[in-house]
Formats: sequence, C-alpha cells, structure tokens
Amino acid sequence: MSGDRVVTRHLGMRFPLRGRELVALEDVNLRMADQEFCCIVGPSGCGKTTFLRILAGLERQTAGELHLEVTDPARPLSAMVFQEQSVFPWMTVEENVGYGLRMRGVHATVRRGVVAHYLEKVGLTQFAKAYPYQLSGGMKQRASVARAFATAPQILLMDEPFAAVDEQTRALLQEELLRVWESDRKTVVYITHSIDEALVLGDRVLVMSARPGHIKAEIPVTLPRPRSVYELKSTPEFAELVAKVWEPLRQEVLGSFSAMARAS
Amino acid sequence: MTIKVRTARASRGLRGRFVEGVAAERLIGVASPILLLALWEGAGRVGVLDARFFPAPSAIAGTFVDLMRSGELVEHTWTSLGRILIGFTLGAVPGLVIGIAMGLSRLVRAAFKPVVGALYPVPKTAIFPLLLLVFGIGEPSKYAIVAIGVFFLVLLNTMAGVLGIEPVYLDVGRNFGAGRLQVFRTIALPGALPLVFTGIRLAWGNALILIVVAEILAARSGIGYFIQNSYQTFQVEKMYAGLLVISFIGYVSFLLLDELERWLIPWKAGRTG
Repeated sequence: MSGDRVVTRHLGMRFPLRGRELVALEDVNLRMADQEFCCIVGPSGCGKTTFLRILAGLERQTAGELHLEVTDPARPLSAMVFQEQSVFPWMTVEENVGYGLRMRGVHATVRRGVVAHYLEKVGLTQFAKAYPYQLSGGMKQRASVARAFATAPQILLMDEPFAAVDEQTRALLQEELLRVWESDRKTVVYITHSIDEALVLGDRVLVMSARPGHIKAEIPVTLPRPRSVYELKSTPEFAELVAKVWEPLRQEVLGSFSAMARAS
Repeated sequence: MTIKVRTARASRGLRGRFVEGVAAERLIGVASPILLLALWEGAGRVGVLDARFFPAPSAIAGTFVDLMRSGELVEHTWTSLGRILIGFTLGAVPGLVIGIAMGLSRLVRAAFKPVVGALYPVPKTAIFPLLLLVFGIGEPSKYAIVAIGVFFLVLLNTMAGVLGIEPVYLDVGRNFGAGRLQVFRTIALPGALPLVFTGIRLAWGNALILIVVAEILAARSGIGYFIQNSYQTFQVEKMYAGLLVISFIGYVSFLLLDELERWLIPWKAGRTG
C-alpha cells in the first residue's frame, strides 16, 4: 500500500478514425495520492477528456495499466461532472441530485437526507422541486456537482465543469467547489484549459502535451489552503506559478496549432 | 432644423396597453366566427347562397338537435370513436415498442428501416381495398386501417426521439451505474417522450381522417357512414350535422391531448401557465 489512489502505467489509447489510427494518449504515467486535488491542463484535443473517460470507466484504454484503489466497496469508485449540460431535463433538481443514489438502490428516506444536505451545500435548497429549464447555466452545474458528491465517490472526475458559465459565476462556483471539497475531501481529477483555474483549485497541476497526449510537466501548487479565488490571484506567488505552467504549455499549444495546419 | 420629440403617452402604462390588447384579442376571437355565421345565415335568407347546398346555420342547428334527441347521431359517433380507440391502441403500442428498439439498437434499426421506409409513404387509403379483402367488410378492416396509419407515425417519431437523446445523458447513466433496464426507464423513455408525444398527436389526427374515409367507403355505421348515407338520400342538413360532430371530436380531443402532455411532460420549457 503506497497510499496512492490512482496509478497509471504506460497508459495509451488509440481510436480508428477514417481508416487510419488516431493516437489520443501515449505512455501516460501518473500517481495521485488519496484526497489529492489534481488539475490537468493541455491544448485542445490533447486527449484530456479521453483520459478522464478512461478513469470513469466509460472507455477502456488500449495499452498500459490503470489502478484505482478501492478502500470502501460500498461507495462508488468514481463520479463524473460533465462539461456540457448533463442534468436530466426530465427530473427535478432533487431527483437529479439523488440519481446516483437511486441507481445504487439507496432507500428513499436515506436519499432524501443526503440530497437535502448537498442541495444546501451548493445553495439550491429553494430549487429542489424546480426543473432544469427553470435554472441558469451556473445553477445546473451546481446541481451536477451536488449529484456527483451525493454518491460519496472515492474519486471525483471533473471535465471542464465551469467552462460554459460567465466569469463571475465561474469564480463563485470555484469558491463553492473548494468549500465543499474542504469539508468533504476526496481525490479529484479536474480538467481545465484555464491555468488560473488549475492553480486556484489544485494541489498539483499536470501539463499534458499535444496529441498524442502524455504528461509533460507537473507543477506542485504550494499555495496555502483554504484559498480565496480573488485574493489568491493578486499574490506574486500566483503570478510566478502561472509562468511556471505557461512555459511548458505554450510549446504544446503552438505545437497543436502547427499540427492542425498540417492536417488541413 | 426641427427636432421631433416623442413623449410617452401619459394616460396608459405599458401594462394597461397589454391588458387592452389581450381583451381585444379575446373579443375578436369570439366575434369573428359569430359574424361569419351571421353572414352565412343572412346570405341564405336573401338567396345569395343556394340553400340546397348551403343550408342556413339555423336549419343545421335544428337538424342537429333533432338528431341528438333521437340518439341516431350519438350512436354513430360512439361507433366511430370506439373504432378509433381500438385501432389507435393496436397501432400505437407496437409502434412505441419497435420505435424504442430501433432507437436503441443499431441491428434492429438495420432490420426494420428498409421495410418501414418502403411502406410508410404508401397512402393508407390506397391499401384499404386490400384490407377489405383480407379482413372483410366488418370491424377488423376499420381497426386495421387506423392501426396501420398510427403505427408508422408513432414508430418514426419514437425512434427519432430515442436517437435524439444527448449521448452525455447515457454517459451519466453508465457513470452512476445504471443497468440496462434502468437506462431504459430513467433515460431512454423520458428522453424520447416529447417526440413520442408529437407522434401520438399526429397519429390521432390521422386516425380521425382514416376512420371517416373507411366508413364512407365501406361501413354500415359510424360518422363517415352517416355522412355518406345523408349524401345518398340528399339530406344536406344531416351531412352538415355529421361534419359538425367530426369538428367537435377533433377540437375536444386535441384539448385533451394538450392536457395529457402537460401532465406527462411537466419539464417541457417555454410553457405558459
């Protein structure tokens, strides 16, 4: 037992694409400690989402190994917060948040308590009976985050969950996520294209290369917790870290541009 | 140079004007059919309209009341409604089941698509003679034509509904450990429901048309038969009474369908009230 929650060794993923083969991931080696908040940044199309889907069990890698440590078989291994609108339009907020528990056969009375707890944490108590069409984009993502936390997963997977909301809302959602996570720590893999977001949230930032994706650099985020999104961004330490992440990322973004130019 | 200044009307606020607009709309909505009927009545009395083909509304109303009293029209109406309901059920249930299966499984889709594609465009009235041959002149041929018309519309819309479900919802289901049956019940069915309902609405309108045609062509009862029989005996007022019933059935059934939709699909956005 090393205390590692997630370990990947030489993980690779290939897709057939129009008669050719697309190498999405190659030789991804990674270790994540229990309760670690890990952010992955990388250029568009580098296979970040594919990597997350493999962790979520939605795809199977074509090479290498993935170890996820199960400490509590009664709890689900992972829960995912998706990038796009993923709360079910045909369920109320309450039913959406309780969905994972319902699928695990948790009794309705127990479920109600858990759902109420997380609705309160994300500030949606008043909207428990509302349908998603009555909510703003930010509120829908709050419901999505609550749904993932409610199942008490051992690993929380987040795929650019706040990418589609406006900037002020995003800052609020980040603070909320940090607050919920501080009180309910779990291993988080958080994908984003925003360096700021990665540094605000993470214990560590992993920079992924352009396709085929692999881990190119890792930057430990030494900023103290609990963090406040706006205060943090104005500190010199923060600026220094941004530069540290941007350095390796820049080359990859440029690389992905020239790859795109070649392809077209 | 002159500068034009527009000032707000002081007497009525925006809200006042809005309420006024709504009231006017309602008034016009009620007044226009009444006006039309009055024109018709007047034109008939003056002799502009030939009363043999366009009997005055008052004459039609009188005939209608007589027919309702004698129970003749009521009986034909129930007969037609019974046929529609049975035929509708016979067509909609398999349409729904096969439509969902086609939406969920590539193989089922591949198996059914060419057949459906070839049969759907054939006008259902064109196969009625064939149905008469197969099922005889009795009730089954009526059920069959309605069922066939309903089947395709429900099937195609249901399939489109299932295929249109965002893949992310299925991912959520898998990620939260939903089994096959649970995916079906909690995602495929509710996800497809809005389009399924569109199919049902279209199918119901189609069923009304088909039953009347079938009854005009070959039946001894039903509202279509009643119209055809009135035509043959040249009782024009009775024909109009029959048309009135059909229009009423259509109107009421679509109100009921609206109500059913509100109850079945409470999550549909952009609804007022």
